[in-house]
Amino acid sequence: MTPFAYHASPDEQDAIASAVAGGRYIAGGTTLIDLMREEVEEPKRLIDINQLPLHDIRETADGLVIGALARMAEVAAHPAVARMQPLLVETLLEGASPQLRNMASIGGNLLQRVRCPYFRTLDAACNKRRPGSGCAAIGGINHNHAILGTSDHCVATHPSDLAVSLVALGAVVRIRGPQGLREFPVEALYRLPGDTPHLEHTLSPGELIVEVFVPYGPYAQRARYLKVRDRASYEFALVSIAAALEIDAGVVRQARLAAGGVATRPWRLAACEAALVGQPASQATWRKVAPLSVAGARPLSGNGFKIELLQRTLVRTLELAGEAA
Amino acid sequence: MATSEIELTINGHLQRLSLDPRTSLLDMLREHLALHGTKKGCDQGACGACTILLDGKRINSCLTLAVMHNGAHITTIEGLANGAELHPLQAAFIEHDAFQCGYCTPGQIMSGVACLAEGHAASPEQIKAWMSGNICRCGAYPGIVSAITQTANASR
Repeated sequence: MTPFAYHASPDEQDAIASAVAGGRYIAGGTTLIDLMREEVEEPKRLIDINQLPLHDIRETADGLVIGALARMAEVAAHPAVARMQPLLVETLLEGASPQLRNMASIGGNLLQRVRCPYFRTLDAACNKRRPGSGCAAIGGINHNHAILGTSDHCVATHPSDLAVSLVALGAVVRIRGPQGLREFPVEALYRLPGDTPHLEHTLSPGELIVEVFVPYGPYAQRARYLKVRDRASYEFALVSIAAALEIDAGVVRQARLAAGGVATRPWRLAACEAALVGQPASQATWRKVAPLSVAGARPLSGNGFKIELLQRTLVRTLELAGEAA
Repeated sequence: MATSEIELTINGHLQRLSLDPRTSLLDMLREHLALHGTKKGCDQGACGACTILLDGKRINSCLTLAVMHNGAHITTIEGLANGAELHPLQAAFIEHDAFQCGYCTPGQIMSGVACLAEGHAASPEQIKAWMSGNICRCGAYPGIVSAITQTANASR
């Protein structure tokens, strides 16, 4: 591990000033320390933000506010989350392991880096780690890689389960930075790789995720997360779907859908959502919209199976969501 | 590179240490305090051999820096027994032959103690899901699940 200076920040103002000066935030550390040990990440100064008062989870009139430093396990075990957004509990418990969920923060979960093995291997080409060096995954082992949102420069999938469900639920991230507070949808936090895969998010230097707001909606109680992977637990998704439905008198009034494991960022399935509205909540409807989920998909040598798997996972998740509540 | 001073309570004993900030909690235990019960398996959060309790919660000690835990209370496998009397889960591991090579065992037991305390040991299925952060390459899983089940039943 490359040497670094350590600073435990007492408050947001100090933390942001330290980050603007070139420091790197650390919360749970479960991604960053791993990558520092591999020397994929080499921050010169770490700013420990765990003392900041960003741990709370609270209800408001129109939704749920989750502090960026709340741990995955705390959010999953919180009664208000279970009551208002059961999808988030199901999603969080499908991710990582009990130990990691006790460590990993919500802000860090959203900003975790990709699991592409070539990103983590210093002598492999990787445009994300070393811009301009190429992408070893495109001609390499790419069973786990993306079929949507890819470019000729990067095909790594975004690894977060939570981000998929937050995108489906229309959640908002609140950011504090040198210029004050701003907020935008979780979906807008992520960039497509294009020809700059080393730029992963839309935060400016020094900006800090302080909380996530999850609006309540009539679809929140009819929501499921289904994750398909190479082993039954403690593994990243090959394909995952978050689906939340508002169904009235057997007809879909509103659908919120996103996919994980298949795209370079959490992937909103907007065409499927639109096609579901006004349709009967039935197996035939689920099957009819499924092909829309793979529009524009570009399979690689090792991940063509995801085209079929994504559609089947979507149908199954819609079935489960339709039965929920 | 400057060192950082920290103070932690480990298995009930207050320890003062001066550490390079790069030192993981795991390396602090093994290399600075000679507490070798906590094992280094993968050193990347994938195997669970390094599981300890940090302020009562199970974590992977390889994926966190010691300097981030000034003032914390840590329990390792060495802190479970009460003198010569094994913790009930330790005794159950022996009774159920819940290990072969033994390398993952301290992590399994620490994780199992937390699994029981969390109330996630109601059925073999629940135990398997909530113990999935601990890998056993010898395949002693049936014994591990039996040991946790027995300990859960005994405490009910």
